[in-house]
Amino acid sequence: MKTILYIIQKEFKQIFRNKGMLPIIFVLPLLQLVILSNAATFEVKNIKFGYIDNDHSSTSRALVEKFNASTYFDVLTDFPSEKMASSAMLKGEIDVVLEIPRYFARDLQKEKHIDLGVTINAIDGAAAGVENVYITRIVQNFNQQLKVDLLQVSDQQIQPINIETIPLFWYNETLNYKTFMVPGILVLLVSMITLFLSGMNIVREKEIGTLEQINVTPIKKSQFIIGKLFPFWVIGMGLLTVGLLLARLIFNVPMLGSLTLMYLYTSIYILVILGIGLFISNFTDTQQQAKFIAWFFVVIFILMSGLFTPIESMPKWAQIVTEFNPIKYYVEVMRMVMLKGSGFIDILPLLIKTSLYAIVMNGFAVWSYKKTN
Amino acid sequence: MKRFIGFIKKEFYHIFRDRRSLFILFGMPIAQILLFGFAITNEINNVDIAILDHSKDATTKEIINKISASKYFTIKQMVTRDADIASVFKKGQVKAVLNFEKDFSKNLIKDHKATVQIITDATDPNTANTISNYVNAILQKYQKELNKNITFAYQIVPETRMVYNPELKSVYMFVPGVMTIILMLVSAMMTSISITREKELGTMEILLVSPIKPFQVIIGKVFPYIFLSIINAVVIVMLSIFIFNMPVQGSLFLLGIESVLFIISALALGILISTISATQQTAMMISLMGLMLPVILLSGFIFPISSMPEPLQIISHIIPAKWFIIIVKGIMLKGVGLQFIWKETLILLGMTVFFIALSVKKYKIRLE
Repeated sequence: MKTILYIIQKEFKQIFRNKGMLPIIFVLPLLQLVILSNAATFEVKNIKFGYIDNDHSSTSRALVEKFNASTYFDVLTDFPSEKMASSAMLKGEIDVVLEIPRYFARDLQKEKHIDLGVTINAIDGAAAGVENVYITRIVQNFNQQLKVDLLQVSDQQIQPINIETIPLFWYNETLNYKTFMVPGILVLLVSMITLFLSGMNIVREKEIGTLEQINVTPIKKSQFIIGKLFPFWVIGMGLLTVGLLLARLIFNVPMLGSLTLMYLYTSIYILVILGIGLFISNFTDTQQQAKFIAWFFVVIFILMSGLFTPIESMPKWAQIVTEFNPIKYYVEVMRMVMLKGSGFIDILPLLIKTSLYAIVMNGFAVWSYKKTN
Repeated sequence: MKRFIGFIKKEFYHIFRDRRSLFILFGMPIAQILLFGFAITNEINNVDIAILDHSKDATTKEIINKISASKYFTIKQMVTRDADIASVFKKGQVKAVLNFEKDFSKNLIKDHKATVQIITDATDPNTANTISNYVNAILQKYQKELNKNITFAYQIVPETRMVYNPELKSVYMFVPGVMTIILMLVSAMMTSISITREKELGTMEILLVSPIKPFQVIIGKVFPYIFLSIINAVVIVMLSIFIFNMPVQGSLFLLGIESVLFIISALALGILISTISATQQTAMMISLMGLMLPVILLSGFIFPISSMPEPLQIISHIIPAKWFIIIVKGIMLKGVGLQFIWKETLILLGMTVFFIALSVKKYKIRLE
């Protein structure tokens, strides 16, 4: 026990001695949490909008005015010709072009049905779909208004059937993205810091040559590993605590579930990450290699965690790959407990999987660490 | 000049001697682009939903059939009581519950109006909103069928044309982003420890006493990695064309030139990190912790920049990846030439010069 304490003491000293590292470990992640959580939104707004009015009638102007009044559409540019509009779209200055045909008002009166040209930059397919919904909604609204303004009473005899839908957004009524993203980004930062630090720790001693000195001491394998990993475990838990505080104070993220449950899960989860880090450390010769491998896994873990894009949308084989992603479990648990108030029973399956993962990874790590070359 | 060539040769030896790193450098980007190209999508497919049907009549049955027939939804379970909805959500089994009111058919016939609640698990706002919209669209279509003998006066119908990506494939959105992220991070990472490594291993002293000038060291360090990164870039572009069927509407040559420019700017950024950090560990943490999330989030790779708050939009200007993503999408999907993207190109060029100049300036010719 005493031996472990000495190793832990040594590790902490090494961490706190490196003045260049301290801000990176403690300030950078929290700064990113506070700033970047604002960036992660799929909301479509400030749509760059242009129109070509070939009609110049009061009706066409009224239609444009509708778009102007909407909060979703931002820049309104009036283009004299289609050519100029499409060139602006190539330059990326606008994303949506509305083309009002000639004799718009006249034909509408005469034929009661008219097509409106809408061109949408669809490179971001999801956003294009939403933009289309917005446009359709505005035009429909305009139709309704026309009906009221122009229609004679006699036309309205048969009452159409109406299925009314009431959308209810549970757990996040205002569809606030920060509520969704802050727990996830916090999870990510805790995982990244602990993985990078542990992954490059032992290999550093290898590269500098001090590992040999430790290997010739009577320190046991398990003592050494526990002593090495414990400080990072503490850092991870500390980061979680400060991150949760920031989430509460700055972003006002609800915390419906129990804090104890979050800490219980995190304490096991960090063991998984440390096990992976140690495993990487054992299988590499230089810090450079360790870094590359840690990076490789972290990018995969991040992008396939369901944090930014939903896992259900992935193809089946990719969903199976995500089963091996510890960050996925952590993101899921944090969101469930914080936002939905899920209890111990609800997250039990995830807790069991994570515990098994921790045992397997650390088993591998201890097994692969050899005191002799 | 001869000295400089000798220095570059040394750098090449360093790189090619470490087979393991070399393997990782080439293997990783390929594995990642294959994985992400297929897996990263925000299309909604086969979402698990539950149904709470209080009336169980012919109309609700028909609507349920229509919903289960659509490719967007899979009906996972039937709920019988209102109180069960919360527990279904808490277990995370379904994303939405459709709640049909009592006497649905009867109300529809009598009052011409019936209600259905679309209850979504909005912890994920994007999915919740999309699900809500899709269900709505299915119901509207059904409603139209019911109302088909009533004609509406005055219809302005938007004829929408989706340009550059008519099938709304999310591959078109994400593959350019994945290409950029991988190129940027791999390149910056490669050079970020090159100088610190020499500092830590003690060989820096030898470099310093040699007559090689600081800018020669910087250029010499970047040079070999340009080759490696170009090979990476070629492989990545080939994969995106042949595996993901990305079109190249514009000139492939221009895409190549722009890629080289972007690679050099990322490598120069790595060198800058290298000159300002004392140990390899610090350099790595800066290049990993400092770059990864900002580049993923602020480059417009996943989240649209125009929706971000104003200050973040300004910060996003300093992310080189943002400009390269605009360039790649422009050349590959819109088919534009240099006259449309010269501004972005100039910005990348400016950044590169800035990074190199700053590295040379920060390069310390004395040991601490």
